[in-house]
Amino acid sequence: MQTMKRDVVIIGGGPAGLSAAVAAKESGCEDVLLIERDRILGGILNQCIHDGFGLHRFGEALTGPEYAQRYIDEFHRRGAEAMMGAIVLSMDQNRGLVVSSRRGFIKIDPGAVVLAMGCRERTAGAISLPGTRPAGIYTAGAAQNLINLQNIMVGERVVVLGSGDIGLIMARRITLEGGKVEGVFEILPYASGLPRNIQQCLHDYDIPLHLSTSVVNLHGKERLTGVTVARMDPNLRPIQGTERFVPCDTLLLSVGLIPENELSRGAKVHMEERTGGALVDDAFMTSIPGVFSCGNALHVHDLVDWVSGEAAQAGGFAAEFLQGGKKFPEPSVRILPSDGVRYVLPQQVSGSRDFILSLRVREPSRDRAVRVRDGGRKVAGKKMGRLHPAEMVRIKVKGEKLQGARTLEVSVE
Amino acid sequence: MKKKELICVICPNGCPLAVLVEEGTEGGPAFRVLAVEGEGCEKGPEWAEQEITHPVRTIASSILVEGGDFPLVSVRTDAPIPLGRIFEVMKEIRSVRVTAPVKIGDILVKNPAGTSCNLVATRMIRESNAS
Repeated sequence: MQTMKRDVVIIGGGPAGLSAAVAAKESGCEDVLLIERDRILGGILNQCIHDGFGLHRFGEALTGPEYAQRYIDEFHRRGAEAMMGAIVLSMDQNRGLVVSSRRGFIKIDPGAVVLAMGCRERTAGAISLPGTRPAGIYTAGAAQNLINLQNIMVGERVVVLGSGDIGLIMARRITLEGGKVEGVFEILPYASGLPRNIQQCLHDYDIPLHLSTSVVNLHGKERLTGVTVARMDPNLRPIQGTERFVPCDTLLLSVGLIPENELSRGAKVHMEERTGGALVDDAFMTSIPGVFSCGNALHVHDLVDWVSGEAAQAGGFAAEFLQGGKKFPEPSVRILPSDGVRYVLPQQVSGSRDFILSLRVREPSRDRAVRVRDGGRKVAGKKMGRLHPAEMVRIKVKGEKLQGARTLEVSVE
Repeated sequence: MKKKELICVICPNGCPLAVLVEEGTEGGPAFRVLAVEGEGCEKGPEWAEQEITHPVRTIASSILVEGGDFPLVSVRTDAPIPLGRIFEVMKEIRSVRVTAPVKIGDILVKNPAGTSCNLVATRMIRESNAS
């Protein structure tokens, strides 16, 4: 098998991988190799043809392909290398990679690795949908790929299960393409997508949103003929007698995303159950020295702008790790989610540098504060007019404030 | 006087706006905005005014390409169009064919359905290698 030694190797050519590669180059690393399994760079942005990307990063609303192209141009301008149509099969505990490439198997010995594999959609199997298994059931992202990249319409009468942003955007897309969306059904009492997507994807086209309602049965043999929906009680169990049949030929699932971490698990990288991603410190370094993680492989983001920012940091740290100049002190402070907080990231920090704490809350609320405490002592915080599980919260934390701290707790107060 | 609830679509914050309106005069817009509450920035009231009197949207879709490395090129309107005219513009989008190559920013259709916008390409399409 061909073997090669490389400096920084980035796995994944979506927004996280591209930004990490650009940053590694910017930080003075000469040899940056990005491995992408698709034939084009840009990842999922290529099929996100709607606009609204880049408001924070570029100060304007770009479509997905436009946002991706800015990073692709920068990637090439800085002379980073992309290995296309190649897939990393495994990583070992010394960062060693086995890659299946167009030129056969390659063994790579990288000085540092950035994990930027993105995330996957939850499927019908993942949510244990009852009923038959006819054709016509797609994840929202798969439908988006078929419609926007391959010119294949998925159906005529569509029901969307789950009110995640991709589902909302696909409800609009299908309506624009002449399909009829019967409704969006959400098991929770609130929508999980961004409020503005409720407005411009559903309200604009009179698509009904049914909260506390879910699909409880699928019908049809060859092709889907309809779904049974029912109202849900506060414990998310169907309320007897509220079932009704909704005829449709297509069901789109927008029921959550899962960080893609087969490789990380294979290498026994310590994982964090709450995020589904790796456990990282304030340099985005995982439990394996020199292996960094960022983007949706680390935790599912709401906005690509934050993915780019986070990945740029991870890429910069990967380059620094290689140069060995700057120290990577052992993380000595743990950060834990407490009241009202679903997860925090990073989960452990050194206290040697300032960092951004990312987190998600459990339920929607108004006029609260998110506080970071070391026992009774307030270390950082942010007043929030509005908190929503769909939106990531980001709080700046100063490293110097962590002196003497062992465990920080983050809560909604 | 009537109160209308809107979600601002200017940015991902999606501020909930309460808009106080009164019936418009004959020949003009259906409503007139008296006051706006709930905005997180100065763009909110501006958008609410527009939304109540002349709602507009930017739309994104895709156009068939011949001889390209992908069958579709994604496009968007380079200016917002009236909400009520979206389906006319979509009809025109579906009837158009373009030929590869296409660059980002190329104007593929001028004034679709007689609107004052253009349809511009949002992705690059190379010529297909296949003969």
